[in-house]
Order: sequence, then C-alpha cells, then structure tokens
Amino acid sequence: MASLIKLNKGLDINLAGDAEQKYVSTKAADKVTLVPDDFSGITPKIAVKAGEAVKAGDVIFTDKLHPEIKFVSPVSGTLEEVVRGERRKVLGIVIANDGKGTSVELPAVNPASAKADEIKSALLNAGVWPFIKQRPYCVVANPDCEPRDIFVTAMDTAPLAPDFSFVVKGQEEDLQRGISALAKLTAGKVYVGAKAGSGLQLKDAEVVEFAGPHPAGNVGVQINHIKPVNKGEVVWTVSAFDVIVIGRVLAGKADFTRTITVAGSEIVTPGYAKVLPGQSLESVLNGKVKQTEYEQRWIAGNVLTGQNAGKQGVVGFYDNTVTVIPDGGTTDELFGWITPGLNRYSVSHTGLSGLFGLFKSKKWTLDARLKGGPRALIVSGEWEKVFPMDIYPEHLYKAVLAYDIDKMEALGIYEVAPEDFALCEFVCTSKTPVQQVIADGLVKLRKEME
Amino acid sequence: MKLNDFIEEKIAPNFEKGGKYEKFWSIYDSFHTFLFVPRHTAGRKGVQVHDSVDSKRVIIMVILALVPALLFGCWNVGYQHDLALGINDGWFMQFLYGFGAFLPKVVVSYVVGLGIEMAVAACKREEVAEGFLATGLLIPMIVPVNTPLWMIAVATAFSVVFAKEIFGGTGMNIFNPALITRAFLFFAYPKAMSGDNVFVRTGNWWNNDPIEGTTVIDGFSGATPLAQVADGSFDAATYSTMDAFLGCIPGSIAETSTLAILLGAALLLITKVASWRIMLSVFAGGAVMSAIIGACSESAPTVAQQLCLGGFAFAAVFMATDPVTGCRTNTGKFIYGAFIGVMAIIIRMFNTGYPEGAMMAVLLGNAVAPLIDYYVVDANINKRAKRVKA
Repeated sequence: MASLIKLNKGLDINLAGDAEQKYVSTKAADKVTLVPDDFSGITPKIAVKAGEAVKAGDVIFTDKLHPEIKFVSPVSGTLEEVVRGERRKVLGIVIANDGKGTSVELPAVNPASAKADEIKSALLNAGVWPFIKQRPYCVVANPDCEPRDIFVTAMDTAPLAPDFSFVVKGQEEDLQRGISALAKLTAGKVYVGAKAGSGLQLKDAEVVEFAGPHPAGNVGVQINHIKPVNKGEVVWTVSAFDVIVIGRVLAGKADFTRTITVAGSEIVTPGYAKVLPGQSLESVLNGKVKQTEYEQRWIAGNVLTGQNAGKQGVVGFYDNTVTVIPDGGTTDELFGWITPGLNRYSVSHTGLSGLFGLFKSKKWTLDARLKGGPRALIVSGEWEKVFPMDIYPEHLYKAVLAYDIDKMEALGIYEVAPEDFALCEFVCTSKTPVQQVIADGLVKLRKEME
Repeated sequence: MKLNDFIEEKIAPNFEKGGKYEKFWSIYDSFHTFLFVPRHTAGRKGVQVHDSVDSKRVIIMVILALVPALLFGCWNVGYQHDLALGINDGWFMQFLYGFGAFLPKVVVSYVVGLGIEMAVAACKREEVAEGFLATGLLIPMIVPVNTPLWMIAVATAFSVVFAKEIFGGTGMNIFNPALITRAFLFFAYPKAMSGDNVFVRTGNWWNNDPIEGTTVIDGFSGATPLAQVADGSFDAATYSTMDAFLGCIPGSIAETSTLAILLGAALLLITKVASWRIMLSVFAGGAVMSAIIGACSESAPTVAQQLCLGGFAFAAVFMATDPVTGCRTNTGKFIYGAFIGVMAIIIRMFNTGYPEGAMMAVLLGNAVAPLIDYYVVDANINKRAKRVKA
C-alpha cells in the first residue's frame, strides 16, 4: 500500500477545453525542429551538417561540456537547416522527415541483469538521457555524479494536462522497464509520486501517492514532502511520461513518440494525441482549432509553464500539452477595477467570482492578458497559498533578486525549479514575472558554484 | 471605431517613446488604465494566463471600506458643531457641514500627494502606483477637523517624499505614509493637533471663522475622552461606552465610530484584502493590555472603552493591516498585531505627553515588522540547516 500525502495549498485552474479520454488524429510531421533551448544547462555542439541524411536515433548535437550527452533525431530524413540567431546561437535544427521511419539499431537492455554503467551509456547513446534532470538547478543531469535518490512524478496536475493512467495504458511494460533501469543508477531509492487512488504499482520503486490541487504533481513539491534536497546533495528527477519513452528505447526501439493532450478553449475536439518532439504545432493542431476573428495563442506546453510558440512553433522535448487559448490582445474591459467581477476569473475575494467560489465550479475561458500593470509586491500571503513547500517563496524570490547567495541557499534555492513558482506568478496581484527571476537566478548560481 | 481602439491608435502613440508627449506617458497611462484594463498580454515565456486581480482592484476595496467611517465622520463633525453651539440643524445639514469641512482637506491631500507621485512616476517612466489613492483619503480622515489646509499640504508632501518615494515608492516604504503625515503634523504643529479647540469646529465650515449670532455654550469642552483620561478629568458619565462605540464623540474626523469602522473591517475581511491575523491580534493585544491596566487602576477606562475610544479601532483595521509596512509572514502577523495592540494601550495610559497611542504604536510596529519576519524566516532557515547536519 502506497503512503499518501495530502496537500491543501495550491490551485487547480479550471479551464475550458479539457481533453476527452480519446485519441485524436494528427497530420504526420513533415519536419521536426530540435530546439536546444528546451534543455536547460546545455550548450549545443552540432554533430551533423546541413544536407546530411540522418536516421531516427542519429546524434544531431551534443553538449559542449559533457559530449557524452547526446541529442538525437526522432525521425529519419535529411538535416535541412541549422537556424541561428544573434552571436550564432543555435535556435533550432530542422530535419525533413522522409517518412520511411528507418532508425539506428539500438541494443536491447535488460535492466534486471545490466550493470549501472551499461544502462547509463545505453541511455546516453539513445538520446533519452536529457529526460533526466537534476536538482539543484533543474538542468539536464550530470552523468558523472551519483544521485542520492531519483524522483519520478507520475502525475501532471497542470491545467488541461494529460491523465497519466490513460497515457500509460498499453505501455505499462515500458514504464516498468524504465523505472527498473533508473533504480540501477542510484544507491538510494526511486520514488514515484502518483495521483491518490491511481493504484499504480511498480517494482524497484517506492510509490507515494499525492492528493491535492496543482502543483501536487510537480516533482519539486513531491521531493519537498518525501525527502527534501539539502545543500551538497544531488537528486535526479524524471517525469513518468518520459520514463515510458526511456523504457521503450531500452527495449531496442528508437521510437520517441509521446502522448500529449491537445486542449484549450479554442480547440474544437480536445483530446489526446501521439506526437514527436519537435513536430510543428500546425501539424498537431491541423483542423482542430476554432475559426475565429480574434487572435489565438498557440502554446507549446501548458498555460503555466509553456511558451507562446505561435503558428511556427513546435512541440517541446518535455511538453505534455499543447494549449490554444484566445490571445485577448484586443479585448476591452471598461472599469475593471470596480466591476462586480462575476465573469472575471479571480481567486482573490475582490470580485464575485472569487467570493462565491465560481473559480472552482465553473469552466473558464482565460485569455493571455496580464489584466493589470506590474507593481512592487504589495499584497502579502497570496503566494504562500499556492506554494505547498516548506519554503518562504517571497523571501526566496527577494534573495534571488538581490542575488544574495547565502540567503538563497539558506532559504532553499536548491529545492526549487521555476515551474514551482508558476502559480505564484498566476495569482500575483503585482503581476511579478516570478518564474523568469528564479530561472535567471538558478543559471547565475550554477555558473558561480560549478 | 470603439473608444479604446481610438485611444490605442490615435492617442497612445503621442505618449510612447518618440512621441510628442513621451514625458507624460505615466500620466496618460494612469488615465487609460483607469478607463480600460490594459491590453498587454503575457510574453513568450512565463505564465500565459493571469488572475484578474490587480493592485487597482485591491486599493479600491480599501477605499470602499473607508466609506462608512467617512460618511459617519462627516455627520459627526456637524453634530459636534451643533452640540457646541447648542443648536440642532437636523442630520442632513450636520452631514453637509461636516462634508464641507472635509472636502477641501481631501482635495488638498490628493492634489499634493498624487501630484508628487505622478511627477516621480513620469521621471522614472513607470506606471503610477495606486497606493496613494488610499493614503490620500486616509490623511484627512485621521486629522482633527480644524487642521489648516496648508499644514495638510506640507505634511502630505513630506510624507510622500520622505516616507515613500525615497524608498522607491509604493510597495517599498517602511512606514505607513498616512501615519507619517499624522506624526509629522503631531510633532511639527503640536498645538494644532491636540487640546480642546482642534477636534470640534465651532465656526463656519470652510475656515472656522466665528459665525455671527452664535456662541459656544457654557461648559462646553471640545476635549476628546482620551485627553480627559490623560489629564485626569475623565468621567465615564460624560461619554458612555455606547457613545464611543457609535462614535458621537469628539475626535479626528473619521476615527470616532467603532461601528462604522467595523463595517469597513467586514468588507476588508470578506474580500481578504486585509489580514484577519493582524486585525484580530491588534484587538486581542489591546484587550489584554487594557485588562491588565484595569486590574491595577480603578480610574482607568474599561476594556471596551479602551478599544472604542480614540484611534485604536481605526488603526487596527486600516493602519496595522497595510501589507507593505506590516509583517509578511503569517506567524509574524500575529506577533506584529499583538505588539501594536499592547503598545497602543501602554503609550496611551503611561505617556501623558501623548493622549493617543495608536499612531505611535503602529509606526513602532512598522519599524519592528522586518525584525519579526526575520526571526520567523530564521526558524525555517534553521530547520533546513539542521536537516543538513542530521
């Protein structure tokens, strides 16, 4: 029987356009784009030249500092273009898909008998290593170090995110293979955070169930409640959605297909879709978006941590969701400071929707407006209500702003990732870009410390 | 063409960088956002949707919460005026008289304060913060009715510049700007802030010149109950606790009616704009301290009187709960509130120089709030440090 941890703090934003539990078809990807920026802490070194033919599983680029970390093509075809920006920074690597699906031969690894080193090199060579991230810093894990424990979250509680129990159907073996492989990589334990009542059972891992609103599914929150990260310790984190891919690849198949939800108030038929990382949003959303006169916002990822990718955007390496919402850039709202607020989403009680609890019971269509101007922090206590960790989010944020390293360490910077602050940013009266500040702080801190 | 499209397309470019009036962008923006919720959308990264609450909405709740005390205060100014002259104009004329005395003060406070804030915002090319909309209304509410307008102007300017803008503006200040205004007046012009002649206006409504044909009745004293406590002439028979609760007593314009203040408190608590932790603990701290003093001295006012008299309730509800200058941790809020409650009563009872202690207590609370938070956060830090050792 898995132990259960109940969380009270947090917020489930009840958005319209929730995915039905059925698969919707997508157009085959005629090209995929790998975006090095998806991987925090990585400097890309391109391994292939434009025009070269690649197979699925061929190395496209590696990390400069750790060349053993490889990033591979999910499709077979030709490398079309390396898109560069200012100072020749690699923005994207475009691979044209020939549709043949030829792939490199990967050795099948049996986690039960394989040694840790074999598993590690299999993961690195197959290009699935980047799924493993590390705390502190929330970057792609350093393969040279030994993690204290490995934490896997088998729940995505973000708005409109997929239900893991639906996604895993038919892929249970891959999941188990992946978990067993991870268990070999640590002297500690593999903890799997699962939704309360999901009945998830796994060998070689300790399942801990979590009940409560978002961000209960964030691995950082789960670590904080299971066994917090201390200074000097390193733990690895993986999403169970990605462990499925890891397990599949270890079976010898270079198949990087992932299951995501296609959701949001602007989608006609919200549902689940099987896509490739780097596939264009246009091919995923093909024919599923409402025809409107107003502008829409195509988001790679969920509304809290995703990016406004636009019509040219692609599915990110870690994304579980593609969301389409109204942009709202031409919406007029007269006297927003005094209207009763029945139709304005707010968890604060300054409007009737918050006062009557409508934000919980109703399905909401939210657009991308900030709905206010940026200010210094004024209201106190609102971040804490959506931050279920034993950390003072506001004080940590201020320590990061001031870049006071001692304070940041003392207040728990090693335990957090930008995504843990997403709800703080959502509810903030002063419209503070909390995630960006934390992300910048982590990058700076890592440079200083490593 | 819709109005907002017109503003965005025809008017806005003049104020943007490179426009004819780019220096006045902050002022244009404050009027535009007053009319319409801004159209800015989230950037490429970061949260793509936002809660619809913003600082305008929060501040407007504070202003709405002040309305009951404000309306009552205006009436009470007229009522006290009539009492002093021994006449009765009826409640409406009394309200009009008080409103007439109040209005110029609020105009002066807003013009001076908002003028400075807008000028600073325009220099920094930032949006004008809304904080002063509450402060500017609070200032005339907590001064004696006979305070000259020029004093209010000077004190407001001092407070906005030295208590707020030099720290970085709304959200950065250490002390509550409304109370700094009050404290400035109290120390710079003590004669205009205390005594028997400042809290009741006996002359005409605009400048307190004597009204021909009227005389102040014999035996009238405009001293507030707390002034009487301070000089030993307090007699529970003059003002009953009920008078103090309802507010039909002399005092600063809007601080007298505990009932009206509690109506505002209800709005602040329902909308969760003010912290119930602070409000509750100020009253609790004040009650405990009053009970202790009451047990030691027979002539001291009762607990109920202590909480209803003077500016105690007003400070507890509207001043101590300012989130910027108060404690920001939940545990800290309890300590901070109790500290203010206790100190307000101590200063009131033991320092004969100050008949009222609420103002000083809140300012003192503002000063120690970061210290309280420091220790609360330190407990969390120590817990984390111990985990490393274990």
